[in-house]
Amino acid sequence: MREITYAEAIREAMTLEMRRDPDVFFFGEDIGLYGGAFGVSVGMFEEFGEERVRDTPISEAVLVGAAAGAAVTGTRPIVEIQFSDFITIGMDQLVNQAAKMRYMFGGRAQVPMVLRTPAGSGTGAAAQHSQSLEAWYAHVPGLKLVIPSTPYDAKGLLISAIRDNNPVVFMEQKLLYRRKGEVPEESYTVPLSKSDVKREGRDLTIVTYGRMVPTCIEIADEMSAKDGVEIEIVDPRTLRPLDAEPIIASAKKTGRVLIVHEAVQFGGYGGEIAAIIADSEAFYYLDAPIRRLGGLDIPIPYNPELERNAVPTPERIRETIQGLLA
Amino acid sequence: MATKQQTKRPPELTKEKLSDIYLKMLQTRNFEEKVAYFFSRGMVHGTTHLCAGQEASAIGACANLDESDLITSTHRGHGHCIGKGININRMMSELLGKADGYCKGKGGSMHIADLTRGNLGANGIVGGGLPIAVGAAMTLKLKKKDNIVVCFFGDGAINEGSFHESVNLASIWKLPVIFICENNQYAMSMSAKRSMNIDDLSVRASSYGIPGKTIDGNDFLEVYHAVKEAKAYAKTNGPMLLISNTYRFKGHSKSDANKYRTKEEIEEWKALDPIPRLRAWLEEEKILTATELDGIEKQAHEDIEAAVEYASNSPDPSVDTILEDVYAD
Repeated sequence: MREITYAEAIREAMTLEMRRDPDVFFFGEDIGLYGGAFGVSVGMFEEFGEERVRDTPISEAVLVGAAAGAAVTGTRPIVEIQFSDFITIGMDQLVNQAAKMRYMFGGRAQVPMVLRTPAGSGTGAAAQHSQSLEAWYAHVPGLKLVIPSTPYDAKGLLISAIRDNNPVVFMEQKLLYRRKGEVPEESYTVPLSKSDVKREGRDLTIVTYGRMVPTCIEIADEMSAKDGVEIEIVDPRTLRPLDAEPIIASAKKTGRVLIVHEAVQFGGYGGEIAAIIADSEAFYYLDAPIRRLGGLDIPIPYNPELERNAVPTPERIRETIQGLLA
Repeated sequence: MATKQQTKRPPELTKEKLSDIYLKMLQTRNFEEKVAYFFSRGMVHGTTHLCAGQEASAIGACANLDESDLITSTHRGHGHCIGKGININRMMSELLGKADGYCKGKGGSMHIADLTRGNLGANGIVGGGLPIAVGAAMTLKLKKKDNIVVCFFGDGAINEGSFHESVNLASIWKLPVIFICENNQYAMSMSAKRSMNIDDLSVRASSYGIPGKTIDGNDFLEVYHAVKEAKAYAKTNGPMLLISNTYRFKGHSKSDANKYRTKEEIEEWKALDPIPRLRAWLEEEKILTATELDGIEKQAHEDIEAAVEYASNSPDPSVDTILEDVYAD
């Protein structure tokens, strides 16, 4: 099958949906003429024109709120926030407005918007351009939260997100943008709220998402070849609402669980996964304590070696796996 | 400030239409008096923000709108709701937290919305509605609809960052939004005089390259004319900023002891009460007789009593509904 990058897969999803549905439109900072800070939307301005691919001033609060206002009145906006760190400026509109309109209006409103935003470290952009704040959004009822780990998932999940009738935060992974994978040319959906077993195994479960998925798969393949250890990798893909069943089933099967994410470990999403497993019947099948491996309790530093060590490194992941298997 | 209503009466303001406007202003006042009474007796919980004194601003602006025009409102939004044609029975039910309320008892006073009539909702966040109004206008533009959005906010919100971002965006995209700042002189306890180093807030419009105008928000006809003009302007040219100068007779919310303003000041503004001013004009112009006006007052009173009756008979929402309506299918 044809291979394209994660960024191209995202562009293809938006393009196909905009061709299909005239109510879908797209706006954000530098997404038009410039093609997006990461080049995700190159060519879309030329195809759809400035009414449907709108360059905006640097005004995150109104961008997020305008997406909510457009969505609640009958369109399907996609808004790009150039770096996920900048959502802090639009947080009122996301958390107090978009997420709550439906509930506080007694179910009489729907807010079909997608907020696309690149997240994560590894680009040398330091503390204000490198965060992974997914736990914030996961904590807000009314929001959906998607973090794709492959080009295939990125395209199918984004099409589902655009067609979904709720506000969806779609956190893209900067370090995956240039990564290639098999992606069908036609339109297809990957359903939201469906966890995916990315690699099957019997000895240990890793629950991970986003850019840590390919890292963990590489480690698992390596350990399989070298030590005959078979690691199962479960990728929730949609963090809210979460499809917990495959995670619990995998924990029951292997009896050993490691949760890996780039976001700061303390108060991170992994704590919720650990609690869900511990609260379930999988608890009785565990042969070891559930382990988490998240980012260190620091802002992301600038120096490349410091930055690399701020989040789970392959070395630390490997060591933790070995500790769990010992 | 002039106490006399502007006398120019456009032909579309028929006797029937003006009767309806007077009724809606009275319904708003009576609705809130009832709500204040309920709160004072502890019959409902939470809080509420009354717009008594500001009725001409809300009803006068909305009198220019039809059902497919859109509004965003504020925490002080009862007048906007009634102006936009809400069902008062269901609005009162929401205040009492009942199942038949607009939000099925999940929203209360600060979150009433009626999307079927273009009311995109009150808002508990000061300045929260401005970005939403801009987005709603983007929908109108994308779908090529000949409607406008009226975005109500207060003198508190005009100092929020969302005001700056929203008005600028609406301006560069020439979106059909009328930004109406209801300057009731106080953001909770902080007076407009203490919070801004300008007297006429409409000068802020010039920094966005849009027209701005300050009006007597307690003069129904002046509000009506200004919004009519702004509506025509907004449809072809983009946004406009109106500063509707008015005053809230009651405190910010039910806990307010009015320590930041004097009784004299409140009394001065009460002399400018928009409701008797409209009545006087309607009588002077011989549009409605005293008997007819009395009849409308009686009607408004009865409407609110009926709403209370309806709301009292509405059931509380079942606890079984608590998890409903978080996500749409």
